[in-house]
Amino acid sequence: MKYLISRRITQITVMALYVAANVWGLKILEGNLSSSVLLGTVPLSDPYAVLQMCVAGSVITTDVLIGAVIIALFYGVVGGRMFCSWVCPINMVTDAANWLRRKLGISHVQKRVYMSRNLRLWILAMSLVLSFAMGLTAFELVSPISMLHRGLVFGMGFGFSAILIIFFFDLFVHENGWCGYVCPLGGFYSLVGKFSLIRVKHNVDNCTECMKCKVVCPEKEVLHMVAKHSATVTMGACTNCARCIEVCDDDALNFSIRNFIDKK
Amino acid sequence: MSKEKFSSRRKFLLTTARAAGLAGIGALVWSSMLEESTASSLILRPPGALPEKDFLKTCIKCGLCVSACPYDTLKLAAPGDHKPMGTPFFDARDIPCYMCTDIPCVPVCPTGALDEQSVSTDGELDINLSRMGVAVIDSSACVAFWGIQCDACHRACPLIDEAIIIEYDKNERTGKHAFLTPVVVNDVCTGCGMCEHACITEKAAITIIPRDVVLGHAGSHYVKGWDKKDEARIKDATGATTHTELSKQSALDSLNDDSELY
Repeated sequence: MKYLISRRITQITVMALYVAANVWGLKILEGNLSSSVLLGTVPLSDPYAVLQMCVAGSVITTDVLIGAVIIALFYGVVGGRMFCSWVCPINMVTDAANWLRRKLGISHVQKRVYMSRNLRLWILAMSLVLSFAMGLTAFELVSPISMLHRGLVFGMGFGFSAILIIFFFDLFVHENGWCGYVCPLGGFYSLVGKFSLIRVKHNVDNCTECMKCKVVCPEKEVLHMVAKHSATVTMGACTNCARCIEVCDDDALNFSIRNFIDKK
Repeated sequence: MSKEKFSSRRKFLLTTARAAGLAGIGALVWSSMLEESTASSLILRPPGALPEKDFLKTCIKCGLCVSACPYDTLKLAAPGDHKPMGTPFFDARDIPCYMCTDIPCVPVCPTGALDEQSVSTDGELDINLSRMGVAVIDSSACVAFWGIQCDACHRACPLIDEAIIIEYDKNERTGKHAFLTPVVVNDVCTGCGMCEHACITEKAAITIIPRDVVLGHAGSHYVKGWDKKDEARIKDATGATTHTELSKQSALDSLNDDSELY
């Protein structure tokens, strides 16, 4: 539970800091997840949003560029796709939907709908093509992630309808549908975080092949080595959510620092 | 058709066609959503905003301008506001721009979508340079045009007697009163909306509208001969003088002609 609790604390703290900055002027973290200022000095920007702006033909200022580089470096070198499970507020929505899905056993009555994991990469590519063609930031203008985090900080409007769509999509249409298949930001971070240092490591000697980890993992493909051989999870799709670590009763999964020199 | 007949080439072609079709559907749906969401042109942007087209691609929708605004004038468009999502705007009737001299909303913009240069002269911020919109008066709803004395908009204007002036005319209906009517000077008006906010009619008779929506453009071939500065534009003009030959005959014929005059 400790990882789940720390993830929730991180997600809620980030959003709370934004709200506090906007509502009470507490200047620790101002702005929102698209772009913000940390402690009144350090710029932070969503590298995917900045990429869309670049493609759309906008002149990028140094502030935004530095902000995007800081974020991209952090996830690229350290955290991997951590944004998705540790920061993104949608994670709480989809976690709730998928928890309910497991409790109700919806997967047992539903025929499998086939979707490719690569869908998000196609959507990512299409967002860049449309940004270029229309001179707009294609995903930013329709992003339900932005609707939620911006809504929490600056007022929701009808943004909750988008959140409900995602909730019901994950609940009734496809397990982990939004975060695991559709979201281009997740796709973006799975590319950026491909070579990051913090990784889940599997130790096959302790594994009892209960497969609880594969049931709970939102990106099951990344755990292909479980019960087969000891290895580090190297696929960029892993969000470092640590659900597999928490569910493992046998200490066969743990966080580790990736070892680039000595493979395996 | 039996399975064997699907050659690998045919499979490849079908897969490619399917992928292209799906991508096409996606692109059409997505681009129409974008078209729809950016269709509204009646949006008032913060001071120093780039032209709408550039603004849309440059604004990162972080809301720092909104947080910086001390009067809660600026809002970020949420779903349901029918404006490009996440972009800052204001509703002048509700809360106008109060024209802070230090313009707190502009320097905080990380992307330059709010351009500091456009609202400064020689490095000094000057809010009077902002062009958020222009005030337009509905003279049939404005009670001053009825002959009733009201100068609420004129008094509210931060550029009183510059952006809104009062014109005098006699009231023929009564024969002994005057019309004191407000007139907007389009070149000076910043579009702050204090006039719209102050307007006493049930629905404001003076409204701020984005400048490119409502302002015309005479074209460069019109020259104000009485204006030294405008006249200077044609100082170096060359080219032949054109004379159009007038035909007296056709003018006479037109009077004797049976055809209609249109």
